[in-house]
Amino acid sequence: MPVRVETFSQVEEAARALSSNQKARIYGGGTILMRSVNEGDQSFDTLFRLTDPTLKDIRSEGDRVLIGAAVTMAEIIRHRDLSFLADAARAVGGPAIRTTATIAGNLLAPPPYGDLATALVALGAEVRFAGQGSANVPIDEFMRDRESRKGSVVTAVSVPRLADPTALRFLKVTRVKPKGVALMSIAALLPRAGGRIDGFRIAYGNMGPTPLRVAAVERALEGSSLDEAGITRAAAVATEGLDPPTDALASAWYRREVAPVHLRRLLLGQTG
Amino acid sequence: MAQKPVQFTLNGEDKAAFASDGQNLLDMLRRGVGDLSPKYGCGQGACGACTVLIDGEPCLSCLTLAETVDGKDVATTSGLSSGSGIHPLQDAFMRNFAAQCGYCTPGMLMAAKALLDRNPQPSRDDVVEAISGNLCRCTGYEPIINAVLEASRSGASQPNG
Ligand SMILES: Cc1cc2nc3c(=O)[nH]c(=O)nc-3n(C[C@H](O)[C@H](O)[C@H](O)COP(=O)(O)OP(=O)(O)OC[C@H]3O[C@@H](n4cnc5c(N)ncnc54)[C@H](O)[C@@H]3O)c2cc1C
Ligand code: FES
Ligand code: FES
Repeated sequence: MPVRVETFSQVEEAARALSSNQKARIYGGGTILMRSVNEGDQSFDTLFRLTDPTLKDIRSEGDRVLIGAAVTMAEIIRHRDLSFLADAARAVGGPAIRTTATIAGNLLAPPPYGDLATALVALGAEVRFAGQGSANVPIDEFMRDRESRKGSVVTAVSVPRLADPTALRFLKVTRVKPKGVALMSIAALLPRAGGRIDGFRIAYGNMGPTPLRVAAVERALEGSSLDEAGITRAAAVATEGLDPPTDALASAWYRREVAPVHLRRLLLGQTG
Repeated sequence: MAQKPVQFTLNGEDKAAFASDGQNLLDMLRRGVGDLSPKYGCGQGACGACTVLIDGEPCLSCLTLAETVDGKDVATTSGLSSGSGIHPLQDAFMRNFAAQCGYCTPGMLMAAKALLDRNPQPSRDDVVEAISGNLCRCTGYEPIINAVLEASRSGASQPNG
């Protein structure tokens, strides 16, 4: 049975309609949803298209940048205020995916996807929903109960504007060259204050049900200056408390074995 | 089943078609307006055979809801040649044996055109990146990469050139 498509020019209206229709899905870029449509997925029967132009905005808000839900990977890569997100956005699919794939879709993408979302977790992004004004949900909280948010409409993602764009490092580990889905991705926020780094945030993609922060690694690094000893301490706890998946690319065992190696490379800056 | 009217330009020509519910752009192009140049390989975004340009940007037509191109400009391989002349990219593909079975070729050409329109003098790495979403089961890619580089040297990015 084909899906029905309804178009909304007001996000709030779509949010109201979505809350009373379990079989409707928000259509972002459609790079995930259209695959389901093409193969006749019956778990939804309606697509909500949002044409509200504010969803395409990228604008400053104090010391943060607000990125509209429908902004694509290609638009992030091109935007001069978002250069710190370009590596992660470039890691998503090929060029014809990136012109279409949206930031909100990436936040909600199931494993093995969510490369940009991994960088957003490390950055300490916040997620904004329709019907909640300018109240933001911290991304850690968003990821913790992501499944239960399926009935809400994301309107924007707010990220801190990094004074030093190199403070965010991103690495995607894949087995297919030049492009493939992530075996794991790693993002690290390393804000320098004096000679030290203060407020490490480390996130992994495809090492659990959603992109997630790696508390054990953050603790091991805290107060260090990214020296050999600190990095070795961090690598030793690289997968502590995690339950990585087994999928077509790799087993959970393999992910545990290689995670410390890749984490180490990222922290040493050997990712070129 | 609801039918929605869609008006767009295809290779510079005005077109009108009806999009049925959930129909993808590839299907509308092939069955709705009879442009058979974009190919159906997977319907999953994985092969790139259906690559077209929408407002100049490379997109996978199998993953694009047909009705979203209303008011937009769509370009396919059918529009590359003018009269009896073929596009320099097509010429370079021929000379470099970049098409064997040819099934990937329309997608490769559009991905390459998107690159050259934006970056007329790409490096080899730029070319590899530009076709990284397009699969070819025949050539081993080298002839395709060489063809795109050769076309860039012969000025394929000139309008209609
Ligand atoms: C060939 C191929 C390669 C890919 N490679 C990668 C990759 O390397 N890395 C990667 O991370 N991803 C990859 N993807 C997956 C996908 O393209 C991206 O994750 C993309 O960002 C998803 O965004 P979208 O807008 O296309 O999502 P959609 O398909 O539109 O939506 C995905 C989900 O998000 C929901 N949604 C979308 N927008 C909103 C909103 N505003 N509010 C609430 N819910 C919303 C939808 O309802 C749906 O459940 C790939 C996909 C394909 C087909
Ligand atoms: S048919 Fe569209 S990517 Fe394969
Ligand atoms: S020439 Fe046969 S798939 Fe590329």
